[in-house]
Amino acid sequence: MTGIVIHILLVAGLPPLLLGVIAKTKAVFAGRVGAPLLQPYHDVIKLWRKESLFSGTTTWIFWAGPVITLSATAVAAFLVPLTSESAPISFAGDLILLAYLLALGRFFQAGAALDTGSAFEGMGAAREVTVACLAEPVLFFGLLVLAKLSGTLSLSTMLAGPLSSSWQSSGAPLLLVLVSWFVLLLAENARIPFDDPNTHLELTMIHEVMVLDHGGPVLGMVHYGAALKLFLFAALIVRVAMPFSLRNPGLHAGVFLLGMLLLAILVGIVESVMARLRLVQVPRLLVAASVLSAFSFILLLR
Amino acid sequence: MIWSLIVIPLGMAAVVFAVPSNRWRPWLVPLACLVHLALVVVALQQPALTSRGHWLVLDPLGKVFLGLISLLFLLCTFYTAGYLSKEQERSNRIFCTCLLLSLSMMALVILSHHLGLMWVAMEATTLTMAPNLYFHRGPRSLEATWKYLLICSVGIALALLGSFFLAYSTLHAGLEESTLFFDDLMRDAPNLSRPWMHAAFVLLFVGYGTKMGLAPMHTWLPDAHGEAPAPVSALLSGALLPCAFLAILRIYHICVAAGDAAFARQIMLWIGLLSMATAAVFMIRQRDFKRLLAYSSVEHMGILVIGIAIGGWATFAALLHVINNGLTKAGLFLSAGNIQSAFGSKQTDDVSGALRRAPFSGGLFLAGFLAITGSPPFGPFVSEFSILTAAFGTGQYWAGSLYLLLLLIVFLGMGATVVGVVLGAPPETAGKAPFRESLWNAAPIVALMALVLILGLNLPASLTDLLQQAATFLETGR
Amino acid sequence: MIVQWLDPMLVLALLVNFFMLGASRLRAVIYAVAFQGVLLGVMPIFVRGEVGWWLGLLVIATIIIKGIVLPELVSYAMREVFISREIDPVVSFVPSLLLGAAGTGLALGYARTLPLAPNHSGSLIVPASLATVLTGFLILTTRRKAITQAVGYLVLENGIFLFGLLLIEAMPFLVEIGVLLDLFVCVFVMGIIIHHINQEFSSVSTEHLARLKD
Repeated sequence: MTGIVIHILLVAGLPPLLLGVIAKTKAVFAGRVGAPLLQPYHDVIKLWRKESLFSGTTTWIFWAGPVITLSATAVAAFLVPLTSESAPISFAGDLILLAYLLALGRFFQAGAALDTGSAFEGMGAAREVTVACLAEPVLFFGLLVLAKLSGTLSLSTMLAGPLSSSWQSSGAPLLLVLVSWFVLLLAENARIPFDDPNTHLELTMIHEVMVLDHGGPVLGMVHYGAALKLFLFAALIVRVAMPFSLRNPGLHAGVFLLGMLLLAILVGIVESVMARLRLVQVPRLLVAASVLSAFSFILLLR
Repeated sequence: MIWSLIVIPLGMAAVVFAVPSNRWRPWLVPLACLVHLALVVVALQQPALTSRGHWLVLDPLGKVFLGLISLLFLLCTFYTAGYLSKEQERSNRIFCTCLLLSLSMMALVILSHHLGLMWVAMEATTLTMAPNLYFHRGPRSLEATWKYLLICSVGIALALLGSFFLAYSTLHAGLEESTLFFDDLMRDAPNLSRPWMHAAFVLLFVGYGTKMGLAPMHTWLPDAHGEAPAPVSALLSGALLPCAFLAILRIYHICVAAGDAAFARQIMLWIGLLSMATAAVFMIRQRDFKRLLAYSSVEHMGILVIGIAIGGWATFAALLHVINNGLTKAGLFLSAGNIQSAFGSKQTDDVSGALRRAPFSGGLFLAGFLAITGSPPFGPFVSEFSILTAAFGTGQYWAGSLYLLLLLIVFLGMGATVVGVVLGAPPETAGKAPFRESLWNAAPIVALMALVLILGLNLPASLTDLLQQAATFLETGR
Repeated sequence: MIVQWLDPMLVLALLVNFFMLGASRLRAVIYAVAFQGVLLGVMPIFVRGEVGWWLGLLVIATIIIKGIVLPELVSYAMREVFISREIDPVVSFVPSLLLGAAGTGLALGYARTLPLAPNHSGSLIVPASLATVLTGFLILTTRRKAITQAVGYLVLENGIFLFGLLLIEAMPFLVEIGVLLDLFVCVFVMGIIIHHINQEFSSVSTEHLARLKD
């Protein structure tokens, strides 16, 4: 019971903090003071108080997009085990459900962008979907590696205790999975080097341009959904990297929290030291990440 | 004694390098080769020559090849001396030194009974030939030299990996020490690990086959031959390619001793036929007669490998063909060089009527063409025909028929170009190039073709014995 | 043989292969080859298990030659010639990456059919060696610039060196000297040729070296 409560608290409260940590890290690197750590919370609350305007050309898909994204990602967040117990929703084959929930959200988000009837958003939708296509194998190969190591098809058992012995016997494939999943995190959440979350130039946007027309509470849902997606991927990475499970659920949650914050700082560092890739090079990096994760799977097979 | 075969050309190379005069330096090279030939003749009389520790051994197979390259070097360097005396504006120091260095390294390839040493020597022959290819500076010879170096280096690297595989096959067999000594490998051959040996053979065949000019690794050959000076082409085709062939024969020998020759033979047959086919295709409508001769080299290397693959009587024929091909090819290249000097070009658009302009060279070129395509009474007829009869004799009808068909296509393709070059009337511009036939540029070719004729009419008994010994040595491992 | 340290290092060497297939800047590829050379140079210690004075000397020599001298030679050729910093491929980067991945998979598969001696079993050396040779060959054949062809040759040699590690106990001296010598001489000679290519054509793209054909 306590496990579920902690899980809900983490899912509800943590995601905007991650965004805040990333922004703060980037500010520190740039020599600025930067926005306060809790700024994303303030942003969402501010947006909630505003009014959403819907254009005449849009239909129900326009506001359904962010709503479905948020709810799908939230459900997906309940599939990933965050505490030492298994996740609130877990059954054999739930890793497929995870991938498809994310895809569902992405589909409706892209649909919302197309619904505006503007070519600008359509371009963003096309780019986003391309990146997602190329990034898909990375997630699946990583999950395959974990499934092979644990012998089960449920996320809760894959990311549970036996992982520590897997690290000793097949450290190399797991390390490769970690690296490729980090690249996946950067790609799916529109971070540098794939996309610049702060830019608003037509030539360089991928994700931002899709959500350009939303405003008010709907925009708040978009931001929260994006933060939740980041949280999801970060949780996967942290769980693979920290294979132990502590008896005390509070302590376990604390260590998990620490891991998430460290990962957020790492993302901030990567964003600060790298430049955004040219659009033609994005497929190359994604294919390289796919090759990496495929290679880790092959290594496991021999 | 056996070391002298390698060290004396090295010493002479150092002397040649030190000689300051550009005029007299070229004449020292044939002198050194004459000394080397004398040494070789003495060595051939001895039953078996080994160095301490079995690093260098003159076995029957080696005797055949050593005699060939020593003779070829003498005749070609004699031609070179006269050739260089006409090109005094370029310094020939590096050229002459590298000629003697490559003679020494080729002798080392032939004599070494340690596969690692043989590999080092092959590498050295690649490197010593390269500056000679680039003698006439210019974009085209640079391109030829770059391709030669790159492709041959990759081949040699693969051969090194193959040698490592072979060494590992001894390790896996549970022997205490892995070894690359040929005699030890022969002795332990039946115990070597089969998968490793197969992989090693493939790598070594591809690697040394690149140096030998087998298709599909032959792509450096036409460019290198087309752009190199004539005597260098002659030595490349007549001496260097057979040395690579010897390296392959050594590996094949180990396979035979291991009882695994069938695998090797399959591969060799296919690659040999592919080489002949590639050469045949590219020889049709060839506009450059030196490239034509290069493709002819590819074809004959294919014939050699086919002969070994068929086995039995064809092994003897293949070894005989090494000598026949070497001598004829050298004669062809030297006479082609003369024709090129006479007309100032090697394209068939600019060259015709060589018989009128340069009677000796044109006539010998025609005779060489007849010889190399297998017309009696020349030597290659005997060896090529023997391979054909052996093919039909052992029941390999498909291979034999394909071989015959490809020989026909080559004859037609080559004939069209050669006849166009040799017969007819010279174009008006031809008389302007200052070229006269003299002793130095005609005598070696006459000597070479005369030898080929003798080999065709009547094989001397001593040569037959030598070849028979070599063939038996190869087939049975004794 | 200390397998548990060796295998991650071999995996790292294979990752460097992928990086070289996908990188578009020449500088990055040269650094990658240097890094791979240093990595390989250190491996004999992990194969042998102990460090004698001779082995230590060999390791240092290998690291200096593979990690410093040869990349410096190639960089020097690059600077000398003022070529553009981008690599010019015949087969573009994504297909090269996929081909390299396929080649690595094939190497892993084929290496399983080759039986290893008892004290070497379970090691990744043979597949890593074959995969590196294939990668080097791929770089050689699918890039236009003469310098990248030389780099591809360096990678090929790295693959052969990897295999030589298996023979280091049985035939130590010949193996190492052979590979190092081959490498050094060939790149030195290639450096000279690249210099001449530059002089003849004022560029080092082998597109210009395509006039001789049928």
